[in-house]
Amino acid sequence: MVNKKKFNPIRTPMPEQPADVRNKNFKEVALGYTREQAIEEASRCIQCKVPLCQKGCPVEIDIKSFIGHLAAGDIPSAYKVLKQTNALPAVCGRVCPQETQCEGSCILGKKHEPVAIGRLERFVADTFDSDSACEMITGDTACSLPNEHVKVACIGSGPSSLTVAGYLAARGVPVTVYEALHEIGGVLVYGIPEFRLPKAVVAREVGALWAKGVTFLPNWVGGKTITIQDLIDDGFDAVFIGVGAGLPWFLNIPGENLVGVYSSNEYLTRINLGRAYDFPNYDTPAPRPRNVAVIGGGNVAMDAARTALRLGAENVYITYRRTQDEMPARLEELHHAIEEGVQLELLTSPIAINGDENSHVKSMTLQVMELGEPDDSGRRRPVAVEGKTRELEVDMVILAVGTGANPVLLEATPGLNLSKWGYIEANPETGETSIPNVFAGGDIVGGSATVISAMGAGRKAAKTIAERLKVEF
Amino acid sequence: MSNKILQKKALIPGQTSLLVIDAPQIAKKAKPGNFVILRIHDKGERVPLTIADTDPEAGTITIVYLVVGKSSALLETLKEGDTILDVCGPLGKPTHIEKCGTVICVGGGTGIAAMHHIAKGHHRAGNHVVAIVGARSKDLLLFCDELGGFCPELLIATDDGSTGHKGFVTEVLRDRLEKDKNVTEVVAIGPVPMMEAVAKVTKPFGVRTVVSLNSIMVDGVGMCGACRCNVGGETRFACVDGPEFDGHKVDFNELRMRLAQYKNQENESMDLFRSEHGK
Repeated sequence: MVNKKKFNPIRTPMPEQPADVRNKNFKEVALGYTREQAIEEASRCIQCKVPLCQKGCPVEIDIKSFIGHLAAGDIPSAYKVLKQTNALPAVCGRVCPQETQCEGSCILGKKHEPVAIGRLERFVADTFDSDSACEMITGDTACSLPNEHVKVACIGSGPSSLTVAGYLAARGVPVTVYEALHEIGGVLVYGIPEFRLPKAVVAREVGALWAKGVTFLPNWVGGKTITIQDLIDDGFDAVFIGVGAGLPWFLNIPGENLVGVYSSNEYLTRINLGRAYDFPNYDTPAPRPRNVAVIGGGNVAMDAARTALRLGAENVYITYRRTQDEMPARLEELHHAIEEGVQLELLTSPIAINGDENSHVKSMTLQVMELGEPDDSGRRRPVAVEGKTRELEVDMVILAVGTGANPVLLEATPGLNLSKWGYIEANPETGETSIPNVFAGGDIVGGSATVISAMGAGRKAAKTIAERLKVEF
Repeated sequence: MSNKILQKKALIPGQTSLLVIDAPQIAKKAKPGNFVILRIHDKGERVPLTIADTDPEAGTITIVYLVVGKSSALLETLKEGDTILDVCGPLGKPTHIEKCGTVICVGGGTGIAAMHHIAKGHHRAGNHVVAIVGARSKDLLLFCDELGGFCPELLIATDDGSTGHKGFVTEVLRDRLEKDKNVTEVVAIGPVPMMEAVAKVTKPFGVRTVVSLNSIMVDGVGMCGACRCNVGGETRFACVDGPEFDGHKVDFNELRMRLAQYKNQENESMDLFRSEHGK
């Protein structure tokens, strides 16, 4: 279907809560397209003969086709196309870095604004709920599991495992997902705040997987409650390890264990998983500081800073050792943060956190930086300006400087080869580890990355598992 | 795992209780020194508690808790036959246990419960186990019958002298160490000041001393870093590197200050609980 109408160079704006309203609540920032807005935006797609957007998508959604159906007003067909390759479209539509993936490859983007593929994906996914999941995929109201002679286990219930479960369940394979925490979704529920990805959206996608026959077991810690060997002994034909990279990094600077210093993992887990923003309705306590510094420039730093604002902090600073241009966060998240009132302290690097007489944070000493020559990452290296430091008065510091491989499962799994950085070594094409029929993907293989790249890895592993087990639908 | 409470026993009425919980997979895997994380209701926080005993055949674990804040007060409202919403474990590194000679296990207050499991492990490994337990008075002592069942020596200290030595466990410990130069290891579990005092006493004797740190935790599986503690100048996570560490290297001041960080919120929670439950 080719759009012959007069072409609109500007993408349809996304309705959002106003910045000075949303920075005081935990409701979703972006409100989503209406049906009319979605169809209008979908009609901007020129339906390229060779769609580059699809190549930019780690889970290979047939983007051209889903947008085509949507432009024609056929939303069920658009949903079917999405769900064929993506178990979590409502999630991806919200948190994928589309600007560097599908939208980054969109032909329109060369001269004008690219098609808002993520927003369209979100609209289509939000139009359906989990009740209709089986029917949408199989045309059958009750999901049957025709391949019950095999079974597969996933450890961890984040995006990579959910993708494996979704892919295999759609082919009739019983999958059991073991999760260490009490809620299903991994980083989607403990890491990403409600205002960016509502828990109800994750629950809906997980619900669709339950409906397709996936079993979820919370409170089972891989390597503790159950080991890989236990699963093999229990007759699982394949095991997928998707435990993420959950070990918080610290900076090893003085004052890091003072009261009021948090890893972003702790801060966000308290607020998101523990719903500490609703304390004392919920029992998990949240700190209520006045002046907060977040160290780091990625999406997690943005999430932490925006959360602190919502919890009533007067000043929230993001300290980053390079400039705004080098920040790894999604542009949209950075813009949202600035709009909401987050202040940037660029070209600064913390060298000490200082405490008061009660061992509580009272300030942070920042080393002033400048940009030098490009480093291995191609970004200009931050260099300290000799003798130039600054004090920032804060009563809370959140470290969002990355995470490493959590050792719990790895230490309990003899024979599992690790890289020199402590991540699992897996075949890049198949996801298979050094243990036959044990696969791994997502952050525990590649280090901290995005939801969609974890899903891409899950998809590869799931394909290999399906071939290996000779399952067909 | 059903997480059903099969047995509830008030050890010190209104203050300390014992629960036997149906959790077969945890019972199968747990070793002395491990802990579990509980969540009691759907708005509850994650609470770490040491496993006081296991029965792998029956598929049960035993926990002992002291009512200190809202979560433990809520736990105390549960009855036999009730179910605990979430029970996650076993977590933490198990106690290092090998046949090594004479081991002194020191327990204070509710810590005696956890100490009991470790003492049992040392006994099973063929060690001569000396148990030293302490409390304010006779009625507040726990697990004395159980410890007496397998420990060749059970030494007691009470603050008021209602039974055993009148004074602190550290005095009994020093006395015992002076009598016998062949003690291989001391394990101490109890309130922070007690563990710190034990480490101080054993230091001049050069006896390896293990303490179990009750840091604040969120996930309990090494993800949040809330439980970080300073051991020999290095930051370690009590949940995955511990909970047991070399008592001579732990920075107890830092532990104390980190443990107190949510005091105001804990009081607020507890006040709310009291008003809701008319207490």
